[in-house]
Amino acid sequence: MYNANKVIPGIIIFILFFTIPIWLNFGRLEAIPKPELPKKEKKCIESKEYMRAYHMKLLDDWRKKAIRENKYIYTASDGKKYFISLQRTCFKCHNDTEKFCDKCHNFVITHPDCWNCHIAPEVVKKWQ
Amino acid sequence: MAIKRRDFLKLTGLTLVGTAASAAVGDLLTRGEAKAEEEYAFSPKALKGKRWAMIIDVKKCKEGIEKGCGKKCIKACHYLHNVPSIPDKKKEIKWIWEDEFEHAFPEQTNEYLEEIFKDIPFLFLCNHCDNPPCVRVCPTKATFKNDEGIVMMDFHRCIGCRFCMAACPYGARSFNWVDPRPYIEKVNPEYPTRTKGVVEKCLFCYERLAQGKVPACVEACPEKALIFGDLADENSEVSKILKERVAIRRKAELGTNPSVFYLID
Repeated sequence: MYNANKVIPGIIIFILFFTIPIWLNFGRLEAIPKPELPKKEKKCIESKEYMRAYHMKLLDDWRKKAIRENKYIYTASDGKKYFISLQRTCFKCHNDTEKFCDKCHNFVITHPDCWNCHIAPEVVKKWQ
Repeated sequence: MAIKRRDFLKLTGLTLVGTAASAAVGDLLTRGEAKAEEEYAFSPKALKGKRWAMIIDVKKCKEGIEKGCGKKCIKACHYLHNVPSIPDKKKEIKWIWEDEFEHAFPEQTNEYLEEIFKDIPFLFLCNHCDNPPCVRVCPTKATFKNDEGIVMMDFHRCIGCRFCMAACPYGARSFNWVDPRPYIEKVNPEYPTRTKGVVEKCLFCYERLAQGKVPACVEACPEKALIFGDLADENSEVSKILKERVAIRRKAELGTNPSVFYLID
């Protein structure tokens, strides 16, 4: 490579400059979101890890199965059966989207438009 | 600096290995997405039908209104489904509504009929056509006919193009020109609201059918003027009534084959 003695340090400096936020915030934890978990129920439909990673997939599958195929019963991996409904099943425990869903969504700057239509019981109370 | 053949082959090999590795990692990441079919099942409580239909006995309906039923059907439906009451007629949302005979049955050329039905209220809702024109024109399959004959809406997929509204000959569809939430008097937390920019209509209470309940308007009517049942079932109440009594349908000559019948005898 030509001018390797200039190009390689240049690239290194460039990378360091663009990753400044990572180095400045390294090891600091205060920004991590703390969603408020439901008090009465300890276990979600699937495991915590699965829900964290795939809740959006699960909800999407729920919608397709219920609306397109009339299949309203979901059997979780532990064999427990749930009626497919965001309003009536999920919101039974997660009754305040602002204290649960939005906490992480805001942190990772994703703004899904679920709550334009779906409305949690606690949000209804605040609003009416 | 020309690349050597040997280096080129090495790079090609590396690229292949990289592609294969990323595919494998991708598989690991998406594992668990494809859920087995048997995890989803029909609700055992659900009412089952092949072609849901409704009969409206207009004379019983008139009696009910005279007795002061206060249009419980409309109220029940609009409360349960968070239908807003928007005062501006151009922006109003309606799932079930009342109108006059002459507005809804323009093809009935017998002018004496208009005289007979002058004082009789007619309830209108989505006809859940067997051959729905709204479904044919929907570019995103947001509206579709399900296995039970209900013309469904998947609001998530609606892009608000309003082709369906142009196609529907019954005016059964409403478009959300504004955010409907401020116009909802009392929210039912069991059902979502809609958002600005989607089309909505009566869905024959699919969510109640899944729980084994008849539609809200049918349940709310104190006169039993609304009858709900499966047209495909010979022995259902609706099939029996239609064999015995005279019923008309709105604009059936268009070939839409509506599933809402009006008893006029």
